[in-house]
Amino acid sequence: MSRTRIFVSRDAAAQGVGANQVADEISREATQRGIDIELVRNGSRGLLWLEPLVEVETAAGRMAYGPVTTDKVAGLFKADFMRGQPHALNLGLTEEIPYLKKQERLTFARVGVTDPRSLEDYLDHEGYRGLKAALALEPAAIVTMVTDSGLRGRGGAAFPTGIKWKTVLATPADQKYIVCNADEGDSGTYSDRMIMEGDPFVLIEGMTIAGLAAGATRGFIYLRWEYPDAHAALEAAIAAANQAGYLGDNILGSGKSFHLEVRLGAGAYICGEETSLLESLEGKRGQIRYKPPLPAIAGLFAKPTVINNVISLASVPIILDRGAEYYRNYGVGRSRGTLPIQLTGNIKRGGLIEKAFGVTLRELLYDYGGGSLSGRPIRAVQVGGPLGAYMPESQFDTPLDYEEFAKIGAMLGHGGIVVFDDTVDLAAQARYAMEFCAIESCGKCTPCRLGSTRGVEVIDRLVAGQDAAKQEIVLRDLCNTMIQGSLCALGGLTPYPVISALNHFPQDFAKQRAAKAAV
Amino acid sequence: MGKKSSLRVIPVKVEPVSSLTAAERTAVLEVCARLKPLAGALIPILHGVQGALGYVPKDAVPLIAAELNLSRADVHGVVSFYHYFRNEAPGRHVVHVCRAEACQSVGAVALEAHAKKSLGIDFHETTTDGAISLEPVYCLGNCSLGPSIMVDKQLQGRVSPKRFDELMVQARASS
Repeated sequence: MSRTRIFVSRDAAAQGVGANQVADEISREATQRGIDIELVRNGSRGLLWLEPLVEVETAAGRMAYGPVTTDKVAGLFKADFMRGQPHALNLGLTEEIPYLKKQERLTFARVGVTDPRSLEDYLDHEGYRGLKAALALEPAAIVTMVTDSGLRGRGGAAFPTGIKWKTVLATPADQKYIVCNADEGDSGTYSDRMIMEGDPFVLIEGMTIAGLAAGATRGFIYLRWEYPDAHAALEAAIAAANQAGYLGDNILGSGKSFHLEVRLGAGAYICGEETSLLESLEGKRGQIRYKPPLPAIAGLFAKPTVINNVISLASVPIILDRGAEYYRNYGVGRSRGTLPIQLTGNIKRGGLIEKAFGVTLRELLYDYGGGSLSGRPIRAVQVGGPLGAYMPESQFDTPLDYEEFAKIGAMLGHGGIVVFDDTVDLAAQARYAMEFCAIESCGKCTPCRLGSTRGVEVIDRLVAGQDAAKQEIVLRDLCNTMIQGSLCALGGLTPYPVISALNHFPQDFAKQRAAKAAV
Repeated sequence: MGKKSSLRVIPVKVEPVSSLTAAERTAVLEVCARLKPLAGALIPILHGVQGALGYVPKDAVPLIAAELNLSRADVHGVVSFYHYFRNEAPGRHVVHVCRAEACQSVGAVALEAHAKKSLGIDFHETTTDGAISLEPVYCLGNCSLGPSIMVDKQLQGRVSPKRFDELMVQARASS
């Protein structure tokens, strides 16, 4: 009889609630009982409220138990969880858990399923089929396929990926670069982290395909320092891919070459902005650049550069493997394919939900999320990171679609949804948005550098009730200046959370005044 | 060249005045020598120095500048731009507390206040026993299981004030 395989996630979020200790305890208990097991440290399934999730491979499929704590491990063995037997923590077959079953996992197909350190496992699960398809195509044909898939930049700006690639392909140069933006700084997002930790090969494959398409032989992954586990996973995967000939000077004997390295950021939110990121990669302060020239014409070291988000690049292999049509058939309107949504903050069942565009916020918050973690009513959600609008319940029926969100002054961004219950003070959140902008501004343009600091002051005066009506006029005017006059999205979008808080939750800005009046 | 010219060229390499110990100096030079060939080497070098010494000492700046043929202002500008690089020696453990929105929605503001009070320090400071340095961080990518902190490089989720205290006891007990 072969050894039973037991899966305990290695994902940082799972580690944060004790997955390493649970894995150690399972090994110890198995040894003590003389049971031979194979412990696999997989990525996370994304059912984060169930972490540490333990899965056991049975004849019927993988059986899930969770959340498991170290003191429950002996009991699991006693209940014979090795054969998928009942236990208070038994969740049934993992794939049948509705949260997971109702998803459309294309980009995240392997995350949580495979061992992220095993190239063999990757190949056994349809890995590197996209690259093989790409190697048989002309660069222009690869670009066409990506364009036809409808894939748009998943970092937040939603620019068509194929168009970027086409520009780089059409720009002659002695050296071109592929840069992956893995500076995932938006609060409420971790899909980049999860895929880099849980399936690093898919990102490497996507970047290699981008290299073939654009004629670039060198790639960089710009990774934030806050993700040490992703760093380790990427370094291990790059080494394995080089060893096996999937990276290097002669990819799978094709004569084509692609070299890839990871560079660490150093804690600057602005470096998620693409030109800032390029400055940082060049070893400089992460100050943004004027555009034009576009990075596709003159990017890293002034050479034509494809710069894409992790999820955009990780979605490329399946497009090359299954075809543009397959990917395009998911989604609505001009938002094609799937979006890895991150349901976060004050939510009962937080986690990663990969769905075709078109699902509504309400479905996500209540059907998937089960309402707030605190059990109190959900009052507001912030979608799209610290620069995203605060949305009230009246907007919860908005479908997730780039254009539908833009229509109401909101943005989807990188797909992060942060949930707040009714204890939230939206005036404090608006102030924080300005404070954050002041801390993270690169300092290049005045509206962002000074506007953010003035913004904090004006909000303080408004909340304190010093000439409130006038302060509101000043605040709106300041926001307008920042939107119109900032060089990049940091200064240009910081007003969105502020204005949306002011529009939808004006009472929060008047609380102190009301309290004073009551005295 | 020397034979033909009557002018003698004396190569001069100005060594910046430095308070670095010999070991620190060697560590900085080793990192520079190893990473200098990289394109855009400065940030990898600063990571290397901070990895080796725990921080980027002020007097490492002119040394790195000389090695990379940059001005001290260039190097100082980069060190000071990035929140992660520090020019003061940290405590034995560095604790990053997430201040971002997702963690705020589940009590990060209270956790931050508790952390400062229980350790008796503000952000960017180190406890008097030299055990713990406290830093803010803007998102650790653990937004569904907040409030989050990172103790050295280990992420911790669902950190209540009580759990924070336990983690600090553990950290102090380890080397």
